[in-house]
Amino acid sequence: MKRHGHPLTRRGFLNAGSAATVAGAALAAPIARADGRPQGDPRRLYGERSPFETSGRSFGASTAALTTGSSRTPLQNLFGIITPSSLHFERHHSGVPTIDPAGHELLLYGLVDRRLRFSMAELRRFPSVSRVHFIECAGNAGREHRGDPGPTAQLSHGLVSCSEWTGVLLSTLLREAGLNPSGKWIVAEGADPGRHSRSIPVAKALDDVLVAYGQNGEAVRPEQGYPLRLVVPGWEGNVNVKWLHRLQVTDQAAMSRDEAASYTDLMPSGKARRFTFEMDANSVITRPSGGQQLDGRGFHEVTGLAWSGRGKITRVEVSADGGRTWREAELQGPVYSKALTRFRAPWVWSGEDTQLQSRATDETGYVQPTRDALIAVRGMTQGPDGFNHYHGIKAWKVNRDGRVTHV
Amino acid sequence: MFRRLAIIAASCVATAAGGADDASAPLGIGRGATVHEVAATNLTVLPDGVGLPEGKGNAEAGAAAYLAHCAACHGDKGQGLADFPALVGGRGTLATDKPVLTVGSYWPYATTIFDYIRRAMPYQSAGELTADDVYALTAWILAQNHIVKASAVIDRNTLPKVRMPNRDGFVPDPRPDIPAASR
Repeated sequence: MKRHGHPLTRRGFLNAGSAATVAGAALAAPIARADGRPQGDPRRLYGERSPFETSGRSFGASTAALTTGSSRTPLQNLFGIITPSSLHFERHHSGVPTIDPAGHELLLYGLVDRRLRFSMAELRRFPSVSRVHFIECAGNAGREHRGDPGPTAQLSHGLVSCSEWTGVLLSTLLREAGLNPSGKWIVAEGADPGRHSRSIPVAKALDDVLVAYGQNGEAVRPEQGYPLRLVVPGWEGNVNVKWLHRLQVTDQAAMSRDEAASYTDLMPSGKARRFTFEMDANSVITRPSGGQQLDGRGFHEVTGLAWSGRGKITRVEVSADGGRTWREAELQGPVYSKALTRFRAPWVWSGEDTQLQSRATDETGYVQPTRDALIAVRGMTQGPDGFNHYHGIKAWKVNRDGRVTHV
Repeated sequence: MFRRLAIIAASCVATAAGGADDASAPLGIGRGATVHEVAATNLTVLPDGVGLPEGKGNAEAGAAAYLAHCAACHGDKGQGLADFPALVGGRGTLATDKPVLTVGSYWPYATTIFDYIRRAMPYQSAGELTADDVYALTAWILAQNHIVKASAVIDRNTLPKVRMPNRDGFVPDPRPDIPAASR
């Protein structure tokens, strides 16, 4: 039998099929024809997820302006420790600027031996590093502190995300410029319309701060600071200046609005804490978590995320009886410093009402506290932007009908 | 073989002389920037006044600029509207159950007012104000909060000397501040 046409084209298959049909009829043995399997989609320049996957960031309508506010990562739908770049939480104060990297420069000046400007191409020439770190908004889970617990992991803890960041160590750039011994702070400024500005102590700048152009293997996303951002590992998101275009070495903090007033924690005494940088040890169970439905009693894996701005997570304990007893969960390795850490624990659900909680410990020995313990120290006074730096233990209620709700 | 050895020998010499393998030496990447280039676009104002530009303004001039650029969001008296924060009032409330955090009651440095207005306001068209506008608006906010007199001229010399009521209202980070959870 001679085949006409190419076998990997539709026409080729039709021709071949016709020939087969003729041959079958000649044998006088009727065969019921199944529907054939058509070819799938062609190649594409930039991949998209399956059309059946619809998980997205969440954000409410801001009454102030569409361009200020935040969007939250759907933690309950993610696997492992890396947040897909498209689902990384957002927080910006004057919208996402569109910046052509061909014209973007980083200016490094102030208390340095050599004032320098770098194009993006020049920054790429420096020795590079790739590091996995979380970034967390200072206000993440602030509603838990306030007593208005989030009904899902996304709404309670969705202002934290984790990426592999690639770029130049800030210490490398400071060495290039020649850091003056009188330089104590680095004032970083973004090229967003509001020229966001924060001051970072030199000791941190020389320790592990990254000037990043890469996120999860490709260029940093526009919402995350394209083409250039600071990654200040473990510190409140607000200092991780996006759309970075200036670094000024000074002998004092700039006392920009966001460090002098906004990102401060007012205490009941009327005094406020400032320069509260590290995000304390924290964790949240993402499955089972609020809004989900257990499909029956028996085995379920309890899994979630833990993180600390002070180093590695060393232990996560899980309670399935409302905090009476705790069992150690397995940590997914490798555990990175100042990165999301996946934990998993087996659990057999009896079918009764119960509560699931997780409790993280970091390498400094700090144990994630209960909300009550935290409020006993910090009180219930809201600062300029509500509650910041909350990290209390989060509980989910498993109801007899399998529904998982907040407590 | 001989040629390869020569290359290795040359690279050893380069290393000894302070080439790319010397971690403390500059790599020679990037271009110089002049003082003028830096100053022309610098927005940072430090608490001691470094970074403040020429220019001046008082509350009277500031009242007109405020109505033109600010009142639609922050209210005609700086009282705040909806999600847009109050700029005025709140003195004496910080230690109460209902603290009112405004520029006047909370912000520790007057230089921050100038810095923030110049870099970020008005919200929809940041950067459009002149230095005189920003000084005048700063004067208006300070006067509305009874921190300076309405006639006070605010400029690069006078602004850093303005003492904000909550200047000493901030403490360093005392963490870790929560005792370990009881087992």
